[in-house]
Amino acid sequence: MTTVEHAVGATGASGRIGLNRQSITGLVFGLLGIALLAGVAPAISGNSRRFNFEPPPDPAGIGFHPPTWVVAIGVLFLLTAVLGFAPPEARRWASPARLLSALAVIPLLLVLSLALSDNPSTNIVNLFNESLVLATPLALGATTGLWCERSGIINIGIEGTMLAGAGIGYMTYATIGDAQSTGWLWFSILISVLAGGLVAALLAVLSIRFGVNQIVGGVVINLFALGLTGFLRSEVIVKTGITTGVGTSEFGLPLLSEIPVIGDQLFRGKPIYWMMYLVVIGTWLVMFRTPWGLRVRSCGENPHAAETLGVNVVRIRYQSVILGGLIAGLAGAWFSMESQTRFEDNMTNAAGFIALAALIFGKWTPWGAFGGALLFGFSRALGTRLQFLGVEVSGFEIPSEFLQALPFIVTLVVVAGAVGRSIPPAAAGQPFQRSK
Amino acid sequence: MNGARNANAGVGRAASQIHRVLTEAWRLQPLYVSLYAILLSFVVGGVLISIIGVNPFTAYWALLRGMVGGGDEIAGSVARSVPFIGSALALAFAFRAGLFNIGAEGQLLAGGITAAYVGALSWMSDLPGFVAIPLILIAGTMGGAIWGGIPGVLRTKTGAHEVISTIMLNSLVLFGVRWMVNSRDPVVLRDTESTVPRTDSISDTAVLPELVDSQPVLHVGLFALVGICFVVAFVLKRTTFGFEVGTVGLNPHASHYAGINVNRVIVASMAASGAFAGLAAASEISGTNGFFQPGTFFLMGFDGIAIALLARTNPVAIIAAALLWGSMLSGAPLMQQEADVSIDVVRIIQAMVLLFVAADAIVRYLFRVRELDQSPFKATSIEGAM
Repeated sequence: MTTVEHAVGATGASGRIGLNRQSITGLVFGLLGIALLAGVAPAISGNSRRFNFEPPPDPAGIGFHPPTWVVAIGVLFLLTAVLGFAPPEARRWASPARLLSALAVIPLLLVLSLALSDNPSTNIVNLFNESLVLATPLALGATTGLWCERSGIINIGIEGTMLAGAGIGYMTYATIGDAQSTGWLWFSILISVLAGGLVAALLAVLSIRFGVNQIVGGVVINLFALGLTGFLRSEVIVKTGITTGVGTSEFGLPLLSEIPVIGDQLFRGKPIYWMMYLVVIGTWLVMFRTPWGLRVRSCGENPHAAETLGVNVVRIRYQSVILGGLIAGLAGAWFSMESQTRFEDNMTNAAGFIALAALIFGKWTPWGAFGGALLFGFSRALGTRLQFLGVEVSGFEIPSEFLQALPFIVTLVVVAGAVGRSIPPAAAGQPFQRSK
Repeated sequence: MNGARNANAGVGRAASQIHRVLTEAWRLQPLYVSLYAILLSFVVGGVLISIIGVNPFTAYWALLRGMVGGGDEIAGSVARSVPFIGSALALAFAFRAGLFNIGAEGQLLAGGITAAYVGALSWMSDLPGFVAIPLILIAGTMGGAIWGGIPGVLRTKTGAHEVISTIMLNSLVLFGVRWMVNSRDPVVLRDTESTVPRTDSISDTAVLPELVDSQPVLHVGLFALVGICFVVAFVLKRTTFGFEVGTVGLNPHASHYAGINVNRVIVASMAASGAFAGLAAASEISGTNGFFQPGTFFLMGFDGIAIALLARTNPVAIIAAALLWGSMLSGAPLMQQEADVSIDVVRIIQAMVLLFVAADAIVRYLFRVRELDQSPFKATSIEGAM
């Protein structure tokens, strides 16, 4: 956001809402707490329910009494609300309490959904694992956005970059490996990654060399990737007749996967899923623990100051955007060679935009973005689970669309600054011209 | 390499020939970049077509006949273009106020579902057409305006950038309408007798009269959207509000000190933008489909961005750009049928058009066009998009 906006758009807001924000959050939690204690807890079934930690038969797990949990979480919400209005000396507890309450929403959702279902138990370790797996492309996409925006280039072309990676990777696999051979599979994943880098290089050239508006550049990429992959699908992939094949296979991490009960569920997975962790950790290490990472961040905050200190802003921006593209290419490979082994038109289905939301939700930090991706992954996994459990509220099923929409609402609230404002890198979106 | 350079010089010479003819004969100066961008994109598309072993001229000839080969084809092309006018205006108007509305995709859905809901209300069939039709169009327009106004309000009240909030709102409304047309238990807006998820058909009285029975049908919505373009052109050029919009777009800071209510202008332009998208959606629902399906508007909002930029955000030029866009999509199936070239080639060509219009430096370099004015799409004109 520019200073102009601050001056014009939010002059009154910064003072007024700043004061009110805590009270508003407190009020919301207070109302939720009262609703839980007075409305929900007496209404839900008092039959005991069970969270299992492993698949049947005879799973380990914990039994619980749903109303008790609802009451406990309701009390927590009320405490948070009270702390929001507490005298200043007690305020330092308000912020951790808010965080705890926000996190408590997840167990609350789980308890409620099980209490409202006819099934007495469900495997939550498996649900957690599904969330992580579904978060893979989102976390990778958000990391792409992180690299681009931290260096000062807004990338709304993540969607297109992923799609190009998915399409070109699978095309390679189908044409030269018949979608069967493991060796060619890895070669094709590499091609996906490179394709992502190439597409991002196009964005970099447009926005850095030609000074094109970065959002327009992103739209170009999205439209172009959609056309290109559609063209390649009908002209190449369909003509090979290989519409599906062998994708990456699961393996267990040594030692960890032998942990009793949870090991086999949490520490078995497919390779791109594991690479996602490496990418997130690597991004955090490089961006926040190396001189080069510091330079990247400085280009996104104040490129002219960085230039004064001898940083080659143009080169750093090229490097970051292309690195981001390589990561998005890997996310593309997840779609067409790990999650499924085929390619369909518009296969990424807005994952790139969701990744962008996760990035914003995570306030432009690697772990925050990962957390955001996990939230989106969880809401999708929970949606499927609720349908499976047949959860009903007063005779109506909870639509999975509601759960999928929930993270977007949360992100919108975060962007609007109602709960912990999300502020982008200062120079993101601004073209840079070398000083003469 | 040498050969390539010679070829390049050849292209350059041919280009400057064309350039001279155009300058002297038609005074098309302001259109150069757009025209050359289109030409260049077709060249790139032609290269792609030759790679798959098809003669590009055969393919393009089929495409051209699909676009304007006969009365039905022309009517079909025009019909296909109509909604694009609205989605392009949605970007262009906000752009004049310095806002980047990439939410046309969601505003179309919001307008479309509202129009379909109002159009299928039971008492609509009792109303005469001259009441029912304006009603359904106004409903769609309002739906779009409200959904477009939200990011405007968020921007003025909290500073949330409209690019981010419109992306979120696009997804939100998509999930919302999906639920409304999918859900059987409870039935929200789904037509329970239909096998595909869609809303009930709108009342016969709310159907826009058709002009030509082409594929898709050309209906009276054409006049509504073309008319709106001229109204917008008038508002921007000749009214106080239009002046305020332009001033805020150029410099909100200065506008503020000049006494313009910047927040009001921002909300009003976003709402107006959404209204144009909503009108386009309503005219599609009422004139073409007769019911609402989420897939109808897929990519239409993003295409609108490309069209608006191709037209350099000039409301009247948008009509021409939308016609080009829609007719290409409408002509593509014939190209696929006759030359066996995937219709996606058209999508690639369209992306290239947007690319060359946005990166006009490439076009200016290749065709030696002098810089006439500051291009409105340079990033510098929207001070830091986030």
